[in-house]
Amino acid sequence: MGEIKLMKGNEALAEAMIRAGCDAYFGYPITPQSEVLEYLAREATKRTGMVVLQAESEIGAINMIYGASGTGKRVMTTSSSPGISLMQEGLSYIAGAELPCLVSNINRGGPGLGTIQPSQADYFQAVKGGGHGDYHLIVLAPNSVQEMVDFVKLGFELSEKYRNPVMILADGAIGQMMEKVELFDYIKRTEEIPEWATVGKKKGQDRNYITSLFIEPETMERVNLRLQKKYREIEANEVRYQTENLDDAEYIFTGYGLGARICMKAMELGREKGYKIGFIRPISLYPFPYQVYADIAPKVKGILDVEMNAGQMVEDVRLAIEGNTRIEFYGRMGGMIADPEEILNYFEEKYINGGA
Amino acid sequence: MSDNQSLDNQDVLAREDIRKDEFLVYEKPDTLTDTPFHYCPGCGHSTVHKILMEVIDEMGIQGDTIGVAPVGCSVFAYHYLNVDMQQAPHGRACAVATGIKRVRPDKMVFTYQGDGDLAAIGGNETIHAANRGENFTIVFINNGIYGMTGGQMAPTTLEGMLSTTSPYGRDIETMGHPMNMTQIVAGLPGAAYVTRQAVYKPSLTRKAKKALKKAIQVQQKGLGLSLVEIVSNCPSAWKMTPLESHDFIVDKMIPYFPLGDIKVPEEL
Repeated sequence: MGEIKLMKGNEALAEAMIRAGCDAYFGYPITPQSEVLEYLAREATKRTGMVVLQAESEIGAINMIYGASGTGKRVMTTSSSPGISLMQEGLSYIAGAELPCLVSNINRGGPGLGTIQPSQADYFQAVKGGGHGDYHLIVLAPNSVQEMVDFVKLGFELSEKYRNPVMILADGAIGQMMEKVELFDYIKRTEEIPEWATVGKKKGQDRNYITSLFIEPETMERVNLRLQKKYREIEANEVRYQTENLDDAEYIFTGYGLGARICMKAMELGREKGYKIGFIRPISLYPFPYQVYADIAPKVKGILDVEMNAGQMVEDVRLAIEGNTRIEFYGRMGGMIADPEEILNYFEEKYINGGA
Repeated sequence: MSDNQSLDNQDVLAREDIRKDEFLVYEKPDTLTDTPFHYCPGCGHSTVHKILMEVIDEMGIQGDTIGVAPVGCSVFAYHYLNVDMQQAPHGRACAVATGIKRVRPDKMVFTYQGDGDLAAIGGNETIHAANRGENFTIVFINNGIYGMTGGQMAPTTLEGMLSTTSPYGRDIETMGHPMNMTQIVAGLPGAAYVTRQAVYKPSLTRKAKKALKKAIQVQQKGLGLSLVEIVSNCPSAWKMTPLESHDFIVDKMIPYFPLGDIKVPEEL
């Protein structure tokens, strides 16, 4: 059993970075995630020699990440919605240049300057694009402080395995809440330098260069085909999700992150009232667990998708079920968080009382 | 020689007899690849690429150098410079170089940037890298125009100078003054060595080469940011012949961007 501590989400994320042997963190303050940079500024360098630097902006930070990652180092940055918008150019370049890195979005309400309260309105940005071009981030959605910690370790592994950026899509509530967490032991970092890294040309070998520019269309198409092949591999191998009570389910509650936690409680309340409710929680938002929904759809009367946005993940659920069952959406926006009773009431209104 | 005579004439040296070490007067350094440059005839990039790589070759640091290419005409610098390189988003080279140097402090890191890259979109990254005293070297090619994208106005375009986005000449009232970015950087304590050079004639090219070497030495001593500006030309976008463009550098550019050392660390 690893060390157990009561920690705030943001700080647990930072602690996990230290233990995972992150070589460098470049970040910028923004509520509700500034604690990550602050914790690392206090703790990281003296414990592992991690480079911790407050950049001049999120644009500076993501480009420092690009540079350091290109030299084969394990790097991470964090931000929140408006700052993540600034990082989109960098993320597109990092994906195009096939470099690893880990980034976390502690999602706050938007659009624009929005609010500092939690939100899930960055699902589209994270999963469907964000930056320009045909690329994907691998997106992991924690629903607890424990998963914040676990996904740092997993995130680094996935990003290095596929040479692709990975995003931990959390929200302001998970970032700020305090929970019991089991911390993993320090990971011993390899001294090996990846063969593509820019660390100085070796005698007798070609020098390495890192670029996402391929100006001839034939070459650009070949590069894109290579990226797409990688994404098919990721889709085949890295789908992650949690399900509960699917065996006898007549209805499914679904959500991700914090929304999923509330859904699960609503399901428990519903079960107490005799409703046969099951639960699906995507953990990887990209690659999305389409098959789980496709399999269950013909067997249930309907799905209720609950999110802290105007309806984003629900589009993927709709795609997955191919019209084979009914789907309803319940969303709170702007930093408002639904409670389980509210969700159950909506479920009853839509599915039980006259809503058939 | 008439068309009928064969080349088996014994007065003509065979290729392998010519290419002997004792006859070698000049050769391209190993630090340049064999890829032909795409730059326009008379463009300063070619000369600067050459002297920069000669310095790296002479200092024996090819295996410890990481360069950062910009967006601009020299976006393809990584095809010509035979060292490990990263191509950066437009304007971000100083942030990319910061990332590289902070995690690989024993490497020689340089950026190679044009005026739009360094002073317009990249202004903030440039200023803050200088402010933090990052230990890398900026090679700044200032030709007062956006060459790669077809000749638009740059922060360093001179008053009255024509460009595709200042078709009636740069108008101070609506477009502001030409920006002396090098001066701004020199004003920051973290900038250790700041100099302005030119390469339109051999004597100045030799000086510029010495300045590049000095800049790298400043980096190796860990004294802070070094910046070598090269006041250069763009015959294509300036709509001049190469020789006319050299006159323009002398008559117009240098009076506004005077050559010489702007800041030199005491240790040198």
